[in-house]
Amino acid sequence: MSADTAGTDSATVAEGGPDPDAVAEGGLDTDALLDDPGIRIVVCCGSGGVGKTTTAAALGVRAAERGRKVVVLTIDPARRLAQSMGIDQLDNVPRRVDGIAGDGELHAMMLDMKRTFDETVEAHADAERAKAILENPFYQSLSAGFAGTQEYMAMEKLGQLRARDEWDLIIVDTPPSRSALDFLDAPKRLGSFLDGKFIRLLMAPAKVGGRAGMKFLNVGMSMMSGTLGKLLGGQFLRDVQTFVAAMDTMFGGFRSRADATYKLLQAPGTAFLVVATPEQDALREAAYFVERLAAEDMPLAGLVLNRVHDSEASRLSAEQALTAAENLDDARIVDQRAGKAGLGDRVAPDPAVTASGTTEPPLSPEAGQSSGPQTPAEHQDTTENEQPHENIDAIDGIDVISIEELTAGLLRLHAERMQVVAREHHTRDRFTALHPEVPVTAVSALPGDVHDLNGLRAIGDRLADGSAPAPAGAA
Amino acid sequence: MSRFQVVSGKGGTGKTTVAAALALALATEGRRTLLVEVEGRQGIAQLFGSDALPYEERKIAVAPGGGEVYALAIDAERALLDYLQMFYKLGSAGRALKKLGAIDFATTIAPGVRDVLLTGKACEAVRRKDKQGRFVYDHVIMDAPPTGRITRFLNVNDEVAGLAKIGPIHNQAQAVMRVLKSPQTAVHLVTLLEEMPVQETADGIAELRAAELPVGSVFVNMVRPHLLDEDALRTAAGGRRKEIAKTLTRAGVTGSAALVRPLVAQAAEHAERVGLEREQRAVLAGLGLPTAELPLMGDGVDLAALHDLATELRKQGAGEEGDA
Repeated sequence: MSADTAGTDSATVAEGGPDPDAVAEGGLDTDALLDDPGIRIVVCCGSGGVGKTTTAAALGVRAAERGRKVVVLTIDPARRLAQSMGIDQLDNVPRRVDGIAGDGELHAMMLDMKRTFDETVEAHADAERAKAILENPFYQSLSAGFAGTQEYMAMEKLGQLRARDEWDLIIVDTPPSRSALDFLDAPKRLGSFLDGKFIRLLMAPAKVGGRAGMKFLNVGMSMMSGTLGKLLGGQFLRDVQTFVAAMDTMFGGFRSRADATYKLLQAPGTAFLVVATPEQDALREAAYFVERLAAEDMPLAGLVLNRVHDSEASRLSAEQALTAAENLDDARIVDQRAGKAGLGDRVAPDPAVTASGTTEPPLSPEAGQSSGPQTPAEHQDTTENEQPHENIDAIDGIDVISIEELTAGLLRLHAERMQVVAREHHTRDRFTALHPEVPVTAVSALPGDVHDLNGLRAIGDRLADGSAPAPAGAA
Repeated sequence: MSRFQVVSGKGGTGKTTVAAALALALATEGRRTLLVEVEGRQGIAQLFGSDALPYEERKIAVAPGGGEVYALAIDAERALLDYLQMFYKLGSAGRALKKLGAIDFATTIAPGVRDVLLTGKACEAVRRKDKQGRFVYDHVIMDAPPTGRITRFLNVNDEVAGLAKIGPIHNQAQAVMRVLKSPQTAVHLVTLLEEMPVQETADGIAELRAAELPVGSVFVNMVRPHLLDEDALRTAAGGRRKEIAKTLTRAGVTGSAALVRPLVAQAAEHAERVGLEREQRAVLAGLGLPTAELPLMGDGVDLAALHDLATELRKQGAGEEGDA
């Protein structure tokens, strides 16, 4: 697909709006978001361990395969995003990901905060000054990643990528901060420090001394400088002062770029996705984030709810399943005591089964075992795609499990699943009650981890389909 | 057993829960433990269903046999102001420093100072003695930053000691580092039986060992029960659908024919997950560290559930040293 047709497709979406049939009320239309040519930045945020990185990668793959030229910026120190995209190691430069279908492109990179900081210094200071800064011990510690540097550099890198204008869409994964909110707070904090009053005082207390009312500051300053000197050691303070002096000409730049990136995040071309799992802590963090984004005028596109469970057998409740499993346990005990006494006379037979014309075998462990290997003709009505012949050997190998034990096990597993489903619904409902305005897409849980592009595609499909209403009876 | 127990783990693995259960488990038989948090999340208060913790040690739970669990949310800014007050008698001057941004600088920007203040406060509690010369707390348990940052967090004292070459912060950092690298300390990692957390645990252990920090145990959290022999379930279920339908009917389930396929599919997913868990258990076993397993608390973790988890930890002898 050429860039032109991609534009046309997206324009259609934009004109028509989201397809009302495709997305339920309150649902997040992931594809409309990814196709919208006006959206240039998608930021995935949320607390740790909720699948932010995987979500960002899956969105990247999907957007690229829908024809966009995408770069995914990840900040996670674990190299798992790289692995799932078939790149051994990501670094500070966008690398093209192979195996993307269609005319779109996917690039991926991982933030190297020290590298980014170094490059920023090198780009904005002359060679001699840059060298002095890069060799300063205080700078070296600061750039190696203490409070806020990672978040600040993520913003810096985002600003750089956006300024290059080489990509239709930048998808950003946010740092695994102690709180999801650090992503918004830390850059300002570092920016205001680098550009702030305090550091200027540290550097040259005499400069501010001339103004009226600054006498207090001077008193405070000399005391503070003395205290900090005592506390941290004179060398440390001198390192900071040298650093500040060398950075002096760059401060304005740091501050204005941080401000510019901040404004970029508020602009209509940006969409925030809050990522969570249907667990109390994660959704509480998500709620904080939703409120915070609103307070900062940041455009929220919706909530991605990862690892959601559901069941196709949801009409059978947990209680019903457990009762049925207990009936089978009882039957086995009765059976062992009284031989062939089954449950058949106690429970009304299911018409669906009796209609098939088979008679019920006596309820005993031996019975289940002996009738195990069935001929295909016997189960044409209940099955569509099973392959009994392949299973015969396996069944012969398992002579310890009776059909009652097996069925009771299935029922208990189902009960457990239904309890999880109910709990998740409850947690999700609490979030929805607080923030009914937030569109949600639910991504159903995969049994295993994602290792490759196909895994990311599967997640992408779920991200796009996840706005369907939850199965009835699941709540 | 180590007196300072640091609990880390990948985000979402429940390290706060494990730290709290460990604090309860170690507080039996009249002992006293202190549970500290350092990230300002008020996770302990949420877990114990109490109001937000102030910057003050207060009793939060009692353990069987008269044991007590105290809790403290360490706040770097308050810790620094206390510190200044203690050593320099800086009453109102502290506020002036704050106004200038100096406190903010020291606690959020200055490399590692924040971490020294946090670990320093915890180490002070570890070493604190009463008038009779007995330790005030038998154990201090820290709900620490996640695996990805734990080595830097604990080792930052080295960094600061290198950067601030003289002065009280330097001395403080050196003293803290001596505690952290001694057998008095054990750093535990919490994981789930999933690939990414297990990988991160293995990486975290390697980093801790490289920094000569004492690694303790691996806590496998949220372990789900195995309701059946899953291999049997998976292989058997495939060929026995009709029988299953009949058995369901006899057990009192209506419309069973339509339920067989989803039930068998759920069993297959379960079996796949159990297979993956088995692989991850093998990886964890290869780490050569003591391991404790904690069950998934289906209805969420409240105080009663914490006591159950603590009982489970005691049974498994948790908190023993690994490398140390």
